[in-house]
Amino acid sequence: MEKFTTHTGVGVPLRRSNVDTDQIIPAVYLKRVTRTGFEDGLFAAWRNDPAFVLNNPAYAAGSVLVAGPDFGTGSSREHAVWALQNYGFKAVISPRFADIFRGNSGKAGLLAAQVDEKVVQRIWDLLESQPGAEVTVDLETRTVRAGEGVDAIEDSFDIDDYTRWRLLEGLDDIGITLGHDADIATYEASRPRWKPVTQHA
Amino acid sequence: MGRTLSEKVWDEHVVRSTPGEPDLLYIDLHLIHEVTSPQAFDGLRLAGRQVRRPDLTLATEDHNVPTLDWDKPIADPVSRTQVETLRRNAEEFGVRLHPLGDLDQGIVHVVGPQLGLTQPGMTIVCGDSHTSTHGAFGAIAFGIGTSEVEHVLATQTLMQAKPKTMAVTVTGSLPDGVTAKDLVLNLIAHTGTGGGQGYIVEYRGQAIEELSIEGRMTVCNMSIEWGAKAGMIAPDQKTFDYIQGRPEAPTGADWDAAVEHWTSLRTDDDAVFDKEIVLDASTMTPFVTWGTNPGQGVPLGASVPAPEDFEDVSDQVAAQKALEYMGLEAGTPMREVKVDTVFVGSCTNGRIEDLRLAADIIKGHHVAADTRLLVVPGSVRVRLQAEEEGLDVVFKEAGAEWRGAGCSMCLGMNPDTLQPGERSASTSNRNFEGRQGKGGRTHLVSIPVAAATAVRGTLSSPSDLEPVAAPATV
Ligand code: SF4
Repeated sequence: MEKFTTHTGVGVPLRRSNVDTDQIIPAVYLKRVTRTGFEDGLFAAWRNDPAFVLNNPAYAAGSVLVAGPDFGTGSSREHAVWALQNYGFKAVISPRFADIFRGNSGKAGLLAAQVDEKVVQRIWDLLESQPGAEVTVDLETRTVRAGEGVDAIEDSFDIDDYTRWRLLEGLDDIGITLGHDADIATYEASRPRWKPVTQHA
Repeated sequence: MGRTLSEKVWDEHVVRSTPGEPDLLYIDLHLIHEVTSPQAFDGLRLAGRQVRRPDLTLATEDHNVPTLDWDKPIADPVSRTQVETLRRNAEEFGVRLHPLGDLDQGIVHVVGPQLGLTQPGMTIVCGDSHTSTHGAFGAIAFGIGTSEVEHVLATQTLMQAKPKTMAVTVTGSLPDGVTAKDLVLNLIAHTGTGGGQGYIVEYRGQAIEELSIEGRMTVCNMSIEWGAKAGMIAPDQKTFDYIQGRPEAPTGADWDAAVEHWTSLRTDDDAVFDKEIVLDASTMTPFVTWGTNPGQGVPLGASVPAPEDFEDVSDQVAAQKALEYMGLEAGTPMREVKVDTVFVGSCTNGRIEDLRLAADIIKGHHVAADTRLLVVPGSVRVRLQAEEEGLDVVFKEAGAEWRGAGCSMCLGMNPDTLQPGERSASTSNRNFEGRQGKGGRTHLVSIPVAAATAVRGTLSSPSDLEPVAAPATV
């Protein structure tokens, strides 16, 4: 996984709460067996609407999505994270993320930054009055920044320490866990024999 | 200080715990299906890794399989590739698979309990958010993403920060005709879709104890719809009776040892939850959704709300958007909402008890003229059991379509979808925009409401039905 330290890119204001994973990528787009190519399904239904934010050329190159609370609710599909990444997003900002989505983001290297709802409002206002404006998410200092001069917005964001460390180091979880192989073997040796198995010797 | 049920089960599975890091948790059962696993197996292959415990892994085909002509090759080539990829991966990595046509094929959350693989005190994961269903047995069960699927395949563990604990106590008894589905829709409307975020929830209290195991599965299934990490219910005699004798249940001395342990899986009297909610079941009525998330629900006897009815500005905006999408006018009585398709099925309400209840209500009636009723059993065994009891005949005589097992219209990945603008009453768990097909409009309902709605063509409960003319034979 690539290391994530800080990112600056065009911010996309998505003024919606409860953006569920069926909106991020509808089920019909989940049939691929690869990790790439899901950008065509990103917000598929909404993109039919000419007024949808990503259809505005000023935001088309966006890489920081700024959404309302309860982003990523619903299905466990990691395809939602891949679709955002395949499209070009590096970070998503929201006042509250669904658990599974946040977990998946951390594993796949998409930064899910939890930012106070009032600050999200201000970023929305800024991005709408200045389409194409950039937003910075700095993982090292846990800060989000946008705008300049009197309009400047700067605030901290929440992310758990462990995910932050892994993203900063670009570490693969499986590799870390395999380092604890002896602990796993010890645990397995003590499991009760009546626990069910799917295959019998 | 005492511990809660979830803390006990959690503690039993900690392989490694270090301050500042998530716990490394052992996984007792890993369920797999065709949609969220191909990239995980690919990852293993790339890294030259094996499946650590194929004997704790089970695969089935459910999300993307047809419910008609299941004995023929899948028509859509992309879907076929996905299913074939699972078959190839299962073969290569030595994973037990119940493919289309197999007696144990079906929705992954119906198959696990049916085989007796789902037992109290286990940790169960699957690349599917409704894995919470298995919590009905007193297991910690939750959905994971594909990276985590790969992690479990390679290590049989997961790194997990310990969630907070919440108790949802449902006092009193559910009135007649009010089901587990109504209970959980009520709860979600009360908490909102984010109300459970960060918690493992234990459902308890008289109404929960009185539920059948299938009803408990319905409640736990929808835990994720209010954002909870997992939902669970303490195992009791009903749980043990349900498991005993199933193909993968322990037997003999193992059974006794298992039951002895399971009996200890209860929240201690002096345990403290991080949060508690209390609801009264005795005042609940049939509940249906009007909007585009499972928290946007009202009693069937109520009317479509107006955006101004909500205090919070973001709720008002969400309501406005939902009404537009759903094509509903504020103030319309829910009972006047006309439905095109009724879907009976899914891991929420696709088990034998659900089909029995639906058949019981529909018997002697006919599906309304412009309405379509689709009945999709949750598994092949549910289908065969229903056919043995003649339920399929009841459905077919009423004008319903009787299908093969799978997720079907719950997520509309296979050909079973709504057309744009079409409206459904669905016993599944999600009413998101486009969930059941692009432009489709979904009302989440219980089995009795689904059955009565199929007969009347508008959202209804069995009490709205004319009595059946011929003397009812039981
Ligand atoms: S029936 Fe629906 S909710 Fe259940 S596993 Fe299938 S798609 Fe998911």
